Amino acid sequence: MDFITPPYLTQNVSVRRVMLQVLAALIPGIATYAWLLGPAVLVQIAIATATALLAEAAMLKLQDKPLGPFLGDGSAIVTAWLIALAFPPLAPWWLIVVGTAFAIVVAKHLYGGLGQNPFNPAMIAFAVCIVSFPALMSQWPPVNAQATFVDQLVLVFGQGPRLDALSGATPLDTLKTALKLGEGSTSVATVTADAAVFGRIAGHGWEWVAAGYLLGGIWLWGRKVIGWHVSMSFLAGMTIISGALWLWNPAHFANPLFHLFSGGSMLGAFFIVTDPVSGCTTPRGKLIFGFSAGLLAYLIRVFGGYPDGVAFAVLLLNLCVPIIDLYTQPPIFGMKK
Amino acid sequence: MLQRLFKFKGGVKPATNKAPSVQAPLRIAPIPPLLVVPLHQSIGGQPTPLVEVGDRVLKGQPIGAADKWVSAAVHAPTSGTVIAVEERVAAHPSGLLTLSVVIEPDGQDEWIERHSLDHASLEPERVREILRDSGVVGLGGAVFPSHVKLTPAASVPMDELVINGAECEPFMTCDDLLMRERAEGIVRGVAIFRDLLRPKRVLIGIEDNKPEAVATMQAAVEALGENFEVVAVPTRYPAGGAKQLIRVLTGKEVPASKRSPEMGVQCFNVATAYSAWRAIAFGEPVISRIVTLTGNVEQPGNWEILLGTPMQEVIALAGPKADTNRFVMGGPMMGFDLPDLSAPVVKATNCIIAGSPTLFPPPAPEMPCIRCGACALACPHELQPFELYWFSRSRNFGKAQEYNLFDCIECGCCSYVCPSHIPLVQYFRFAKSEIWSRERDKNMADAAKARFEFRNERDEREKAEKAERLAKAAAAKAAEKKPDLPQAAPEPVETPTVDAEAAKKAAIAAAMERARLQREAAQPKNTDGLTIAQRKEIAEIEKRRAPLQAQQQAKPNAEGVQTQNSPKDQQ
Repeated sequence: MDFITPPYLTQNVSVRRVMLQVLAALIPGIATYAWLLGPAVLVQIAIATATALLAEAAMLKLQDKPLGPFLGDGSAIVTAWLIALAFPPLAPWWLIVVGTAFAIVVAKHLYGGLGQNPFNPAMIAFAVCIVSFPALMSQWPPVNAQATFVDQLVLVFGQGPRLDALSGATPLDTLKTALKLGEGSTSVATVTADAAVFGRIAGHGWEWVAAGYLLGGIWLWGRKVIGWHVSMSFLAGMTIISGALWLWNPAHFANPLFHLFSGGSMLGAFFIVTDPVSGCTTPRGKLIFGFSAGLLAYLIRVFGGYPDGVAFAVLLLNLCVPIIDLYTQPPIFGMKK
Repeated sequence: MLQRLFKFKGGVKPATNKAPSVQAPLRIAPIPPLLVVPLHQSIGGQPTPLVEVGDRVLKGQPIGAADKWVSAAVHAPTSGTVIAVEERVAAHPSGLLTLSVVIEPDGQDEWIERHSLDHASLEPERVREILRDSGVVGLGGAVFPSHVKLTPAASVPMDELVINGAECEPFMTCDDLLMRERAEGIVRGVAIFRDLLRPKRVLIGIEDNKPEAVATMQAAVEALGENFEVVAVPTRYPAGGAKQLIRVLTGKEVPASKRSPEMGVQCFNVATAYSAWRAIAFGEPVISRIVTLTGNVEQPGNWEILLGTPMQEVIALAGPKADTNRFVMGGPMMGFDLPDLSAPVVKATNCIIAGSPTLFPPPAPEMPCIRCGACALACPHELQPFELYWFSRSRNFGKAQEYNLFDCIECGCCSYVCPSHIPLVQYFRFAKSEIWSRERDKNMADAAKARFEFRNERDEREKAEKAERLAKAAAAKAAEKKPDLPQAAPEPVETPTVDAEAAKKAAIAAAMERARLQREAAQPKNTDGLTIAQRKEIAEIEKRRAPLQAQQQAKPNAEGVQTQNSPKDQQ
């Protein structure tokens, strides 16, 4: 007779199931990404996944923890995929290896492993690499680069020259740089008129990738894997600040839709700030966390020196989680005012 | 009848699995060859045994008397002979022993003399006494003595009386069958409770997965001309928890720190109401209860089973299948593995589920908490179980209490939804019992410290008084030696001194008397907790003594008074 403690019944849920659903929700975004920008991203995902599993296995071995349940829980794979999606698709292979290994070894396991990391490991990987290798982390291929898969593979694995044609800035970066260089003479409208870089509402092609993440996010919400609090407040934070500045000076600030569908906004809203381990747990705490992260991400990407601000915004808010949770404990049954 | 319902947060919806055990009607289980009746079957004190080995007992005869107000009597379930009064295995997860009366039935099932009473003609206090002496306790599983709950709060008017027929635990159908087949008795029992508590409204809550029970209860209420409201409540575990049902029916949230009468509401299980009616109207004490036998068995169903029937006899009625590997007492959410099948059916036994590896598969390995918050969403008391888990695990019990550990009702919803398969409820039980044991230790240490400090104080005081006395004596001597001093001076000093002395003596005497009374009230007297043999011996000695004492009292002398006083002095 197995020893069972009540309740004898359990719901058919597991960490593995949660993680697999998160991976499934990423598929629309990844498919669009690979369709529009070539299959290099799939190669990056493969490299990141292999690195993550190896690093995870090594760390588990060092701690004498069982490999099976922990490798099988899927959490390392989720981290790997998020890193691959946050990194430039044509970055050299070792860059993503460094990022992923750092995320798993330092950000996750040195803090105690699954469930113990105070910071989002994928965002740590991004932050470490953009600080250490800013040039490589800023080279993004335009959508219409027409590079073949072989060209992309050469760039990822080869030592060949990094062609300018295959590596430009992100639409967000392009806009910021143009506005800065224009010093008031250019407006958002004239910059985004360039159909090679900009699409209907945001970056050409990239807006569709963002839409793919949005779709996956809505599916996750429908499956109750994520709640609405943190995602919606993140988008609200970004919308309110960008909307206010856009209303004040539409020539100098892009509209909220542009920001919601640019950079890491959608990926961040549904797959990054929703990380339960490093995020807030109380309902009000989640609202504060999401809203502040959205606001900060906007401020960093528009006024800061980095092409996007989601990673730093999330990491800064990760720091605030304990205090936010402490002061937002909800009243319990029978103790409401 | 339109009743506005409220919602409680959280809760889960496991498969109910109730259908198999409601197919057959209620059946009466045969008298087993041996009955093991534990004396301690309710919350509160342990009843004192009233019988000893060799006694013939009748069906319904008290075999254990309530030892204090929060306690309830225990009765012989059938007529027969007491063959042992000893420690037997209890129907408890620990498998610990408990003092039990073992009865060999004589098969005649002969009742004691029963009195049919009308509660309306009795003083409320008398009704409560009858309920206590009939062993009426909460049959929903909590076994709290009902008469204690039937005293309305002095300051708060009773608004609602909630009758719990929700039966939210999966598999369990004992209340369902009782409501279907004995609705009239339940309603009459509720009327007794109503007359004792005088609430403004009576609400009978039944989960909406039991439409037959709702219909029969409604019909019974109408037939008896009562104005009770029978309400179908949404099926969601734990809707049958007293606090959840009160919330759903009245909107009131009773916190852990309060008792429900303080908020003008009281709650009883349907089976309790039925047993109260049998006790008052028929003079039948609680000697049997309805038990659901279900799970991995050939013939699931509900049986009325005599208390004290060993579990193996009970299980044989349903016929467990070959791959049965465990028997769970209670529901699958809050029940426990029976450690020993010789344990008897008690008042708390509402359901026995035969489990198999397919029915209750072994739990998946425990993974670390990922703080997903599913437990917080499922918690009907709106706690943060994952925070409690961290604190309990790290033995940070102060923090655990700050996060309202003691509001946890151990319903198991958090464990049910946990994707990491963490046995959260077990962590909370561990934390609670650790806190209780630490508190006990602390109280004992505090008492010892208080004793020690009191003694020191007394020593100091006595020393000071002695010194004062000596000084005074010396002063008096000195005064005697100087007769030339004016006479008027010492007089005003002398008078108050004498008075103060007398007052102090009186105060000390009063304090000693108070202390003696307190001691007597607090300490168990040596006549408590005796075995029947010892009590009989005492009775015999008293009998021999009586004529002697009468003689002594007839011609009182100094000697006689002294003998009478001496035992008191010794105490």
